[in-house]
Formats: sequence, structure tokens, C-alpha cells
Amino acid sequence: MIRTEGLTKRFRAVTAVDGVALDVAEGDIYGFLGANGSGKTTTIRCVLGLVLATSGSIELLGQPMPRSGAQVLHRVGTLVEGPAAYGHLSGTANLRLHDASGRLPPGANGGGRRDRGRRVREVLDLVGLGAVGRRPVSAYSLGMRQRLGLAAALLRQPELLVLDEPTNGLDPQGIREVRELLRQLHHDGTTIFLSSHLLAEVDQLCTKVGLLDRGRLVLQEDLAALRAPTGRTVVETSDVEQALGALDGTVEHRDGERLLVRAADPAELNRYLVQAGVRVRTLGAERRTLEDVIAEHTSARDPNEVPR
Amino acid sequence: MLVELRKMFGRRRTWLAFGLLNLLPTIVAGLLAWTGIAPRPGQGPAFLSAVSANGSLFAIAALAIVLPLFLPVAVAVAAGDTVAGEAQAGTLRYLLVRPVGRTRLLVRKLVAVSVFVVVAVLSVALVGFVVGRLLLGNAPVSQAMVSVSGSVLSPGQIAWRTAMAIGFVTVSMLSVVAMGMCLSTMTDAPQSASLGTLAFLIGSSLLLTLDAARPLQPYLPTRYWLSFVDFYRDPILWSNIERGVGLQAVYVLVLLGAAWANFSTKDITS
Repeated sequence: MIRTEGLTKRFRAVTAVDGVALDVAEGDIYGFLGANGSGKTTTIRCVLGLVLATSGSIELLGQPMPRSGAQVLHRVGTLVEGPAAYGHLSGTANLRLHDASGRLPPGANGGGRRDRGRRVREVLDLVGLGAVGRRPVSAYSLGMRQRLGLAAALLRQPELLVLDEPTNGLDPQGIREVRELLRQLHHDGTTIFLSSHLLAEVDQLCTKVGLLDRGRLVLQEDLAALRAPTGRTVVETSDVEQALGALDGTVEHRDGERLLVRAADPAELNRYLVQAGVRVRTLGAERRTLEDVIAEHTSARDPNEVPR
Repeated sequence: MLVELRKMFGRRRTWLAFGLLNLLPTIVAGLLAWTGIAPRPGQGPAFLSAVSANGSLFAIAALAIVLPLFLPVAVAVAAGDTVAGEAQAGTLRYLLVRPVGRTRLLVRKLVAVSVFVVVAVLSVALVGFVVGRLLLGNAPVSQAMVSVSGSVLSPGQIAWRTAMAIGFVTVSMLSVVAMGMCLSTMTDAPQSASLGTLAFLIGSSLLLTLDAARPLQPYLPTRYWLSFVDFYRDPILWSNIERGVGLQAVYVLVLLGAAWANFSTKDITS
């Protein structure tokens, strides 16, 4: 759905995006991670044709960007760097205006004038703004604006959703609702590309992650592969000395009563320890958290480095 | 296309601008009616000396009153808001990924502001006519008028000359539209674009009063604005009118070209 090769964007002396090769396949929920200023938003803007890349190629839904924007962009729903709306109009009026602007190529689905009212009501219900009424957007809270932005992205039943920090400004309840909504949309066949710096959000939702560090894509992998067992087993026991004796040399690390043992099969290890008379409190395969993976791939910020 | 018009005319700001544009000529008419002191011929804004006799002519006088400053300010605000206003609200990026082509967006905005100009000029003329009839000399419409050259113009002649004058004033505003839109593509702050446009016009007006700037004067955008008075000479003095239209056309082409060249290759980071 999105594929870039050597995507580079320089703003004068600053290289904001440096040789990024994204690969978002159909059916993914792709989590685009990176610290503030690592180039996430610039990459997204390049993909959508808002910012013109210095070099490299971009394909969106199989078409080259920005040249084919008119043919493919109407099949993409977007939320780029915060929602935006005309403050003096109501949410409904904003969505109607938004839907009316932009001509669709012939044969495009979902976008005509006839069912506009129905579609606007549907997406407002979907994001939980169905009962908000005629209040102008200037009186909306940050969370409501975010929901309205999401509604605008969903207006034409897009095949691909590109969401830049979709849960920004939402309360925990709202974050959960949006997560459920995205799961539902994904279940119904929408590919989702979302950028975030909230690891928990990506951890719970995504199938694939890409990690950007100072404009470079340092990691791009299926989340399942990243979280696969590491071949080591964590053992907690009160008989530490006895266990050390029994395991003899396969213990890689000891931290108080917590041992890290090189053993691929936790069940086998458990049986062995119990037979040796070791009282085991907990035992399980070691899995890396997303946070570990990211810390591993991201170089720490120099104390003198200005965060971009 | 209709979307842009709906956006523009759905704003209080637009209606406020029309209201203010019509307020000044109305005040002038009120003062003239109340005091009965008309400026002597040759003094004050054009045509004001004639209106106490024939209130219908206040339509033209009203245009002459708003043309030097009020109308350009209103147009500069509207034109400066076109792209920069969307950028400031953050809606520009959503319009472009809708997708609305960049060239198409500029064309739509140009049409919307042009409609704004036409509505503004027509409303000033119309309100001027009505106010003049109500407050000033309510001589029958059929009364003849003495032209600027001294001969007599029939009501029919006045009508079509006024229509042409309205057209000329509208065309005169197009360079303001083009300048405003050009600056509007270069900044994300609509105020800067509007004020920049005004600076450009004030600079031009200032140079017109300076004898040392005489070689430049035929090329200044405001040089021929008041030439719409020439429609009321007998016969019509075409030379300045033609030059005025030609000059506006050059400004519009160059500035809109610059706006297009800038906007179509711009990184949208707003």
C-alpha cells in the first residue's frame, strides 16, 4: 500500500528524512515509531504529496507519488499532525464542506453528493460525536476535535488510513474507543498506517512496526517476530544456590533470586528443576518488550544534542 | 467551486466588509443631505458636487469614495486570506490530500475572490444609488446630467457608462487580488499577506504624488484607478482607460504566475 525507496528530504542544511525504505503491505496495522522530531510527520507528508521529496521514490496504492495523487489520494483517509476544521462551523457542516471539496475520478466509490448526509451522520456516530449537535467546532475540546478529524478521515470509506498520532489529546477512555474502532476497521479490511510515540498503543494494536531514529529507518519488522521467545527462560526461586548447582553453567545472568537460564523449553527446564528438589516460584520463556527492542536500536540522545 | 463561495459567504467577516464598505458613502450622503454643503466643483471626491442636484448620481460618487482606500483594503483582506487562511487553520493540508489539485485550488480561490470584488463593487453602486435617491436630490431618474466635459448626457448614456465604470473598477481591483493571492501562497499568516498587499498599494499611491518618480508612474498599479471618471467625459476619453486595463492585465498575469509557480512547488508544512 505504501512503498518508498531511499526517501530523502532535506530542509536547507537539515536532513529530516534520510534514505527511508518503508514497506506497508495490504492488511497491515503498521506502527510508525520514533521520538519527537525523528522525521515521522515529514515522511508522512512526503507520502501524501504535501512535502516534495529531495530524492527517492514513493508508491502509494501502487501509483507513484506525488504524480498520481489525483488518482489515489481519494482512497486514503488521513489525519496529519492534528485535526483541523473551520472553527465557526459545526462538526456536521465541516464534514459536509470537506466532503464537497475535491473532485472524484469517475467510478470512485463513496463520495457523491446524494448520500453525503447519511455518510456524515454515520462517521459522526462511529467516532462518538453523533449527539454533539450544532455547536461550532471552536467550542469543541481537544478530544472532540481529534474525533472529528478521525471522522473526516473515514468519510469516504478509505482502503488505507494514514493517521499521525490519532490518540493525541484523548482521555484513556477515548484512547480505548479509538483502538477498538481501528481494530474493527482493520477487521473489515482497512490497512492502517499509524505513527505514534506511545509504545503501549503500538504494542496493543499493530502487526508491524517501523522505527525512525534521526530520519533513518533503523528497524522494520513484524511485531510477532520482535516479540518471539529469545531462547532463554526466566526462573525465580528461593533456593538460588541449589538451582545454580543443578543448572551448572547454563545460567547467564543472576539478579537476586531471578535467574536467566539458557534453555529453549521452559517445561523441560521446570521438570528438571523440580526433580532436583529446587522450589520454583515462577518460570517462563523470556520475551522482549517493544521498549527493549527500541532501546536496542535507538542511540541515546547526546546531552548536548538539541531534540529536533 | 461552489464550496469556496459557500465558505466565503458563510463568514461573518465577509458580510461585515460589505457593511463597512457601504457605511462610509452612506455617512457622506447623510452629511451632505443634513448640512446641504456640497463640495465646490473640482474639489473633494469626484462627482460629489453634482449629487445634491441629482441623487441617482450618488452611485458613482460612492464608488469614487471607496475606491482609493476602503475597497482595496477589503479586497486585500479577502485575497490575503485565500491560501494563508487555510494554512493557518490547518485545513490546507486536508484540502490538498482530499485531493484538490494545487492549481485547481488556486483557480477556485481566484474565482471566489473575484466574486467577492464584483459583489462589493455592485453593492456599493446599488446602495449608493438607493441612498442618493432617498437622501439627496430626488430629481426624476430621467433627468439629464452634465458630463465632466460640459455637454449633456442622456439617462440612457449615463446608465451604460455607469455599467462600464463598474466594470473598470472591478478590473482595477484584480491587481490587488493577484498581489494578495501571491503573498498568500508565501506565508502561513493571512494578516501578513493582507498587510503586504496594502503596503504595495500605499507605496504605489505615494510614488504617484512624487514628481521625481514620474518615469515610474505609468507602471504603478494604482495609476489609472481614478480614470473611471473618463467614462463621463464626452466623448469618452479611452486612452487612460485602455492603459489602465492593460496594466492591470500585466500585473494579474505576472503576480498570479508567481503565485502558481510558488504554490505548485511548495512544501506544505503548515
